[in-house]
Amino acid sequence: MKRMRDEGRGMRAPRAAGVRVTSHESRITANGGRRRFMLGAAGLTFGVAAGIPDFLRATGGAAAAQGTKSVAMNPWVTLYADGTVAIMSPACEMGQGSLTSLPRIVADEMDADWAKVKIVPAYPSGKLYGNPLFGGEQYTAGSATVTGYFNNLRQFGAQVRQVLLDSVADHWRVPTGELATIPGYVVHEKAGRRIGYGEIVGFAKIPANAPEVSVPPVATAQFRLVGQDTQRIDVPSKVNGTAQYSIDVQVPGMIYGAILREPMEGAAPERIDDSTARAIEGVIRIVPLQYGVGVLAETPWAAFKAKNALKVSWSRNAAGWGFSSAKGYEQFSAIAKDASQKGFPWDSKGDMAAAMAKAATIVEGEYRADYAYHAQMEPLNSVAAVSPAGDAAEVWAGTQSQTITVAAVAAALGIPEAKVKFNGMLLGGGFGRRGNRDVEFIVDSVLMSKAAGRPVKVIWTREDDVHNGRFRPLYVNRIRAGLDASGRIVAWQHRVVADEVLAFMDPVRHKLTKGVDGIAIRGTELPTYAIPDRMSEGLLQKTGMRTNPLRAIGVGQNSFANEVFVDELAARQGVDPVEFRRRLLDKTPLAQRARHVIDEAAKMADWDRKRPGRGLGIAYLDYSGTQVAGIAEVSVDRVSGAIKVHQFWCAIDCGVPVHPDNVIAQTESSIVYGLGLALSERITIEDGQVKQGNFYDYHVPRMSDVPEIHIKLIPTRNHPTGAGQMATPVVPSAISNAVYALTGVRLRQQPMLPDRVKVALAEAGSRAA
Amino acid sequence: MPQMITTTLTVNGVQRTVTAHPDTPLLWVLRENFRMTGTKFGCGAGQCGACTVHVDGRSAFSCLLEIQHMAGKSVTTIEGLSPDSKHPLQRAWIAEQVPQCGYCQSGQIMRAAALLKDKRNPSRAEIVEHMKTNICRCGSYPRIVAAIQRAAKEV
Repeated sequence: MKRMRDEGRGMRAPRAAGVRVTSHESRITANGGRRRFMLGAAGLTFGVAAGIPDFLRATGGAAAAQGTKSVAMNPWVTLYADGTVAIMSPACEMGQGSLTSLPRIVADEMDADWAKVKIVPAYPSGKLYGNPLFGGEQYTAGSATVTGYFNNLRQFGAQVRQVLLDSVADHWRVPTGELATIPGYVVHEKAGRRIGYGEIVGFAKIPANAPEVSVPPVATAQFRLVGQDTQRIDVPSKVNGTAQYSIDVQVPGMIYGAILREPMEGAAPERIDDSTARAIEGVIRIVPLQYGVGVLAETPWAAFKAKNALKVSWSRNAAGWGFSSAKGYEQFSAIAKDASQKGFPWDSKGDMAAAMAKAATIVEGEYRADYAYHAQMEPLNSVAAVSPAGDAAEVWAGTQSQTITVAAVAAALGIPEAKVKFNGMLLGGGFGRRGNRDVEFIVDSVLMSKAAGRPVKVIWTREDDVHNGRFRPLYVNRIRAGLDASGRIVAWQHRVVADEVLAFMDPVRHKLTKGVDGIAIRGTELPTYAIPDRMSEGLLQKTGMRTNPLRAIGVGQNSFANEVFVDELAARQGVDPVEFRRRLLDKTPLAQRARHVIDEAAKMADWDRKRPGRGLGIAYLDYSGTQVAGIAEVSVDRVSGAIKVHQFWCAIDCGVPVHPDNVIAQTESSIVYGLGLALSERITIEDGQVKQGNFYDYHVPRMSDVPEIHIKLIPTRNHPTGAGQMATPVVPSAISNAVYALTGVRLRQQPMLPDRVKVALAEAGSRAA
Repeated sequence: MPQMITTTLTVNGVQRTVTAHPDTPLLWVLRENFRMTGTKFGCGAGQCGACTVHVDGRSAFSCLLEIQHMAGKSVTTIEGLSPDSKHPLQRAWIAEQVPQCGYCQSGQIMRAAALLKDKRNPSRAEIVEHMKTNICRCGSYPRIVAAIQRAAKEV
């Protein structure tokens, strides 16, 4: 395990004003400029401890609640007389670690002593705590948290430090320029004295306008905490059972709810036979809902049993009836081939059609992926206490967006958002499942509590969680590459046919993006490959199936298609796959970083070494600016068709790694997630309904499935980019390419199930014979 | 329809009595009646191990144990693994920064604790064989192995 370091870097002098941060900053405007953050800071009520999960009450929340003398420096930082520095963390914590890493950025710039920092989850306020990359909503997704908040948090931290310096200068009647900081103290070296941040509380002067301070660009900044390892603050509570998820919440008078939901979107209950269900002891009431039938009961067990005993027939007007995975593949494949059908453009450069027309050779490939399920370990659930009059609500939930949740609860009850008190709980896994605009699993408890007139905890069973799943869509990708006479790629066309995602999961953002569904199409872009004329387009279908972002979103399949196809082109030309990619890379600085991760991965894997019975495959990816290369070492059981991954090497460059050990943990995690999607995870739809039900027929990776994982984190002086899911897409493509290297058989569909591998091997065998 | 029954069992060294339906899983009694929520609901089918506890010293899926069969049994949950959260596995879990979302980790630790009771120095293969009953969707498996190996050195 890595050493926990927290090294000082000496004294910091005041900074000159006016240095711009990075070009990235220009995107961060959602909150109306940074000066306003000091405005009205004194008027902030820091009695916001209400929104703090219980596991934090002993830390930041307690300090706030105890009434220790304190001063709110800005909405992000409150200083306490005992030296405690409370820092708000605006994101949701689902295991990705930003509860800890975001305050580290603030603490670094304000020169706080990390040992004195208490992290406080921010209460819902998109205006104050929204992620600039999500239009100012508090929305934890897209591995966009550190990257989205980074510049603002540095700025706010630097402003706090400046106010501390100015306050001390005023107090000591010395020029600010003679003062500096060391962690936790303002120092006047000339006079040989220093003062702790806590002591400044007594006389701190909070200006009406934020001081003009600029932070050095990331390329030259001297970070003290950023880039160093630390312990995540939520970890101790997660080894002794005290961590609080919404499923753990109990409130006085609470009863339990279970819901039998429509088998697909839009199918309403028509006839309900609840005679058996009502007879189950402990059942309080059956609650008909527009989208299903709810049960209220004294215990979860009675609620589950009653839900299972319901007999309901469903209206046949839903779009999904009759649809199936098999039909989807057939339809999508036909659409992908039909050039007369146009989609929305995504990665457009140059003139693809003209370049393709001039190509000497055209190569095509089709790639597929089944629906896939999030399988977060905590089955969805929530707790709501709606007032008897129905005019106010308190909600406990694990969500990826505080903003969306408060709005959805208010809308469900027809009440103002101010009447909703939201308690953000830890998430027992998110992976994209908990950020849909309607947060249906939270509205469940609100409607049930309203019906009951009491607090209700609604728990989905695992079977509910699978049946009501909102999946990564079914995909058919068709890629065409135009080659010139020398074999160089001169044109690239990538058509993505899939169920629409954004239109279903977030109509608000879908409208804002004018129908461009970045969730489904992202990952088709090739910013580092030197292909001048290219185009990708999305042809998304209304199938009536429930979809959502799932870890690595569209990248998980679109990059699979890209990287297996690139491998096929390399093989056609008889060029080594690593060398082929190196040659394909552009000469831009970004492509240099790409070259670096590819080279590092190849070096780690000892790429040129042959190993009997094993194959090696590589995949590379630019994922929202993060550079990733992965290499898989596999063997194949030719009798069963099972693929075994023995080793996986990964090199990753996400710019400045704010919390390096956590980047490594997230990369391990993304690799294991990618392994399941690659080899075993499949949701099958028949007649519009989900066939799987639990972990016995939806197989996620277990410890015995996991290869030895080797990760090289390459820190660079670039703005931090995402780390939470970036390696997931390179796993299936590296595995497929490794199987080709070993067997000469191309696997073009996720998951690469044993039966599919067997068929592919047999087909190749009969072709050879 | 079976009637409610009253069952007395020992949980973390303390005798507890509950009145519940005979087929109620121990998991829900622990969580909702005894308010020990460290033991988690994951699948309800003995597939994921999030609900792992010790019954008379052996690891078990509490989602599959009906309360009617629990009379007189001694159950240990994550809350009772150590008085101060300082069990070697708990310390190793922190040292290796194992948990991500953390939801499965009570079960993982209880499962691992049963292993270390039987085998003081399990091999990597023995760890994998023993731990494959428990799913971690965050994929913290490499760190779980490292943490068990670290704790084994101390036990």
